[in-house]
Amino acid sequence: MAEPRVIVVGAGPAGVRAAQTLVAAGVRPVVIEEGPTSGGQIYRRQPTLFKRSYETLYGFEAGRARAIHQTFDDLVGDIDFRPDTLAWNIFRGALHTVSQGLAQNLPFDALILATGATDRLLPIAGWTRPGCYSLGAAQIAMKAQACAIGRRVVFLGTGPLLYLVSYQYAKAGVEVAAVLDTSATARQLSAFPRLAARPSLLLKGLYYRAQLTARGIPVHGGASPVEIAGAEGVEGVRYRDSRGVERTIACDAVGMGFHLRSETQLADLARCEFVFDEELAQWRPQADADGRTTAPGVYVAGDGARILGADAAEISGELAALAALKDLGREIPERRMTALRARHARMEAFRKGLATAFPWPAHLARAVADEVLVCRCEAITAGDLRRSAAEKGAPELNRAKAFVRVGMGRCQGRFCGSAAAEILAEVRGDPLVAVGRLRGAAPVKPLSIAVRADV
Amino acid sequence: MTGRFVRIAELDRPSVEIEINGMSCSAKAGDTLLVAVLTYAASLRDSEFGDGARAGFCLMGACQDCWMWTSTGERVRACTTFVAPGMSVITHQPAEAIWPSLG
Repeated sequence: MAEPRVIVVGAGPAGVRAAQTLVAAGVRPVVIEEGPTSGGQIYRRQPTLFKRSYETLYGFEAGRARAIHQTFDDLVGDIDFRPDTLAWNIFRGALHTVSQGLAQNLPFDALILATGATDRLLPIAGWTRPGCYSLGAAQIAMKAQACAIGRRVVFLGTGPLLYLVSYQYAKAGVEVAAVLDTSATARQLSAFPRLAARPSLLLKGLYYRAQLTARGIPVHGGASPVEIAGAEGVEGVRYRDSRGVERTIACDAVGMGFHLRSETQLADLARCEFVFDEELAQWRPQADADGRTTAPGVYVAGDGARILGADAAEISGELAALAALKDLGREIPERRMTALRARHARMEAFRKGLATAFPWPAHLARAVADEVLVCRCEAITAGDLRRSAAEKGAPELNRAKAFVRVGMGRCQGRFCGSAAAEILAEVRGDPLVAVGRLRGAAPVKPLSIAVRADV
Repeated sequence: MTGRFVRIAELDRPSVEIEINGMSCSAKAGDTLLVAVLTYAASLRDSEFGDGARAGFCLMGACQDCWMWTSTGERVRACTTFVAPGMSVITHQPAEAIWPSLG
């Protein structure tokens, strides 16, 4: 039998464990990674000249980060690793990639998509001002470049990353002016029983929070951001506190994010069916407990499948690889799969706790003022989108995209899509599920006109 | 030019000379272009749609809000490009590449 052609996209925790599992079964996978090294965003490596320790970079997760890096480094001789390579399309059973200006088509028998996540955002007046970044960006600046995004920073949004990044900045000696959480403190407390499904994670969260308080950093629950203010760059944040009183905090940088969203464009291009997750108000590729999608030979793992975090990503990466091996007719350890499924299921209880503690603030997205830019790429306002719904009768997101270009720009709807769906649903008076989701389109990221085919 | 990003560690790396708006600037080996420019300047680029300056947003190659012009008219995504000696970039959009929104 010919060697099966297996491709893993993404070398974060899910992709690394998938590759390791394939290699252990005697398969030599192609591993496609957009960045220069393995680790993903969570365990992103600093450039080689940097000297900070694992403990400095990853804190409590130092051991896990080291394990993922070491595992992958040990695999490199047994895989076809392609760093700095963009997977930009899937068509007729082949993955289309480009690297250093050279395009290639890679046919596959099995494809494991471990594409990770980006910050989930909603527009706030002034969020395009220089100095306003996603929470993920604020963390990358520090972790991968040893820089702070400003001298005096406000962090706003909701979710575990809000507290982690705020703590990391404070610990590094950067002035954190305030932490504004759109979730009310009482909601966070009510989620404790579910969050206790993973006691160590709950304790870490409480530790970060306590560290902020100990350093005198104000943390405001139930806040509603009004504006990222400034002449050109960021000069402050206007918000309403939990009692509705408007306040302003001076700062020169903002890190914002409302938890995460899965990167699903490639699953879409592979023709996977999607399901709507009511609780998260998000679509995700339909997949069984092992990551099998509805497209034959295509598997999803990690945060790109659903947002469960890095530990769950390691489990789902291994599961997806075992599922792929099984479908390729290989003998696989069924008991191992059963054990992994059970561990993965426990992550789900915690995820529900997070969804309760840090809900997506749909009401804020729906209330965005007409003049606010929803689309950063092409400067399209909430008013433009509302008019397309009201006057042109756009029944769902892709039609609205055709009318006003929301989701058409260079980010392909990654940063406007969540809010655009809420705004459209609100105007139409339809449930969110009815306005659908922005279809993935190739190329999933911009390609240079100078790309050549590698023939 | 006033910088936006602040270096907090890893200061003992070799210098790499680049040009920003024709001015010679000292970056550090291992800097992304985004970081190198934002330690000197307040922004990276202008929006093509006339709504002002931008300084990147996601830093992970997803939002595409940090594409800079080089002085020779090429474009680079600043957050995923590492500095190299002699790199020369501009932080303002060439006038003919702005299409203000008339809506």
